[in-house]
Amino acid sequence: MADESSGSATNSYWRANIRLLCILMAIWFAVSFGAGILLRDFLDRFMLGGYPLGFWFAQQGSIYVFIALIFYYSWAMHRIERRHALDDDDPAAPADSSDGTAQ
Amino acid sequence: MTTQTLIYLFVGASFALYIGIAILSRAGSTSEFYVAGGGVNPVVNGMATAADWMSAASFLSMAGLIAFMGYDGSVYLMGWTGGYVLLALLLAPYLRKFGQFTVPDFIGTRYYSKVARTVAVVCLIFISFTYIAGQMRGVGIVFSRFLEVPVDLGVVIGMGIVFFYAVMGGMKGITYTQVAQYCVLIFAYLVPAIFISLMVTGNPLPQLGLGSQVADGSGMYVLQKLDASLVDMGFAEYTAGAKSTIDVFCITAALMIGTAGLPHVIVRFFTVPKVSDARRSAGWALVFIALLYSTAPAVSAFARLNFNETVDQTQYADAPGWFANWEDNDLIAWRDKDGDGAMDIAPGDAFEGAPVYTEERGARGERLLSNAPTEGANEVYVDRDIMVLANPEIANLPGWVIALVAAGGLAAALSTAAGLLLVISSAVSHDLLKRTFRPGITEKGELRAARIAATAAIVVAGLLGIYPPGWVAQVVAFAFGLAAASLFPAIFLGIFTMRMNREGAIAGMVAGLGFTFLYIAWFKLWNPAANVPENWLLGISPEGIGVIGMLINFAIALMVSRATAPPPAEIGELVETIRTPRGATAPAVH
Repeated sequence: MADESSGSATNSYWRANIRLLCILMAIWFAVSFGAGILLRDFLDRFMLGGYPLGFWFAQQGSIYVFIALIFYYSWAMHRIERRHALDDDDPAAPADSSDGTAQ
Repeated sequence: MTTQTLIYLFVGASFALYIGIAILSRAGSTSEFYVAGGGVNPVVNGMATAADWMSAASFLSMAGLIAFMGYDGSVYLMGWTGGYVLLALLLAPYLRKFGQFTVPDFIGTRYYSKVARTVAVVCLIFISFTYIAGQMRGVGIVFSRFLEVPVDLGVVIGMGIVFFYAVMGGMKGITYTQVAQYCVLIFAYLVPAIFISLMVTGNPLPQLGLGSQVADGSGMYVLQKLDASLVDMGFAEYTAGAKSTIDVFCITAALMIGTAGLPHVIVRFFTVPKVSDARRSAGWALVFIALLYSTAPAVSAFARLNFNETVDQTQYADAPGWFANWEDNDLIAWRDKDGDGAMDIAPGDAFEGAPVYTEERGARGERLLSNAPTEGANEVYVDRDIMVLANPEIANLPGWVIALVAAGGLAAALSTAAGLLLVISSAVSHDLLKRTFRPGITEKGELRAARIAATAAIVVAGLLGIYPPGWVAQVVAFAFGLAAASLFPAIFLGIFTMRMNREGAIAGMVAGLGFTFLYIAWFKLWNPAANVPENWLLGISPEGIGVIGMLINFAIALMVSRATAPPPAEIGELVETIRTPRGATAPAVH
């Protein structure tokens, strides 16, 4: 609700970004430090095929979740940016103005 | 063709490829030299970042380390991949929007201070040289093992190759060479891994193979069998760790945050056209890195299992052929303490120190050593690098796979060395010369200075490779700890707080760097005898202390910035601009 009340598109864009960051960083922490380290002994009682579950998170699972997090962030930010008209894929935007420097 | 001929052929062909690419993508401007003109496709950049990131240590040593650390090896797997999440979410897009050439550029501008810029340059040069010394040594070792030339000559050849494409091509040349190097190194890593996985479990995917049953009809899972065989020999279980939970936690965190603060990794995200590309590019980089990092733990477990099964209790006379091969290369040693002719593996060292071979052979034909034996039952010394190097032979793969591994190891070491040389040279020519001491320098003069700085850095790196100071191996922890404790907080606070000012950032960097430096130096250099868990602060080893350094940096920076004047108004506008993705321009000449 604070979103609409205070001012510019930039502000509400930044708040949406921070909210998304907090959620994704919490997942980042949960899969690596949580499942892979702190809760490992508990999770190791379950098996994923031949992997004890905590061991799997530490040596395989967390890496896969990291990849998913980055691509999700990239996708979700793009959506947020378009909603606030701040995205950078407008062809008129000076994105490729490397002009004289390229060659 | 003999294996040796194949090795020359593969290594020679890969070098010709790198040099050809360097000639085609020669840098003509400072923008091309520093950031490849800012026009690199995000997937291509991701691949180049992966090659830049994965060093000789990742390629050769990591799987071997994990094989002997078991669960504890997870600190490298999570630590060296999780940092990319921090990069993609917290740093890369904003630094790309900032749109200049170097990390000190950002710190100097955001904190409106030449002092801050200089502190950042000092951190950067220290971190990069620590790292590069190990790379040049790695190049020399791969050369000497596979090409049968002396280590020093190997370093000189490696210097020559890197000189050619880093000095000529700058970032533009390096980026496209690194793409080729990535392809070589990942292919070289995956081929033996797939064959070994097939051999042990019947499953061609190593990531699934590690969770499958051993294909010997016993119905046991790989990890189960490995645990059982290690316990049988008196070791701890593979899936149990020896380090304390807090230490595993802190080392993982220090490696993650250090990764996100390493200048040669950050600078790669200055090369893509747009802010959104910087995010996607970090994702692709992690995909390419994960291909190797998710395979490594499988290679580790298979190699350890194979090694135990083929070596333990085996008569030396019946040992597989690769055992004698690697014994001749000084990487394996056997000392028959109980005189029964069988090679016994047990916990503990077989003898004191690194093996010193005499020219003589023992009763069974083994190479004799002059080291004093230890009390323990263990009779076998193994260099951990062997787990990757010997994989093709253990799996009975043809000679061309061994040649491929040689080319892959060189690709990994050269690509990382080149990336590091580039950040050192741009820190000197751009941050020190152009921005601090000689602001009037012309574009052409700066480009020439960058090439001279790169040349000088290669010579210094080569000398460090030929005459490695004793501390090189000891201070690898420095690079990550220092990056985590110095650069990461300064960049993070510069983006996410408006209030952080010059005084806070400098005080934070100096405090974080100072604390981490002293802690590591105390335990690693000045008083290595005291380096036991009982003496560590809160039980945190020097490898993990960068996390505490980072917390100190944050705390000091926040306190000092509250007590001093806020930053000028234009800094607030700068931060606003950095936070808005629209309108990123290619870094231009100033």
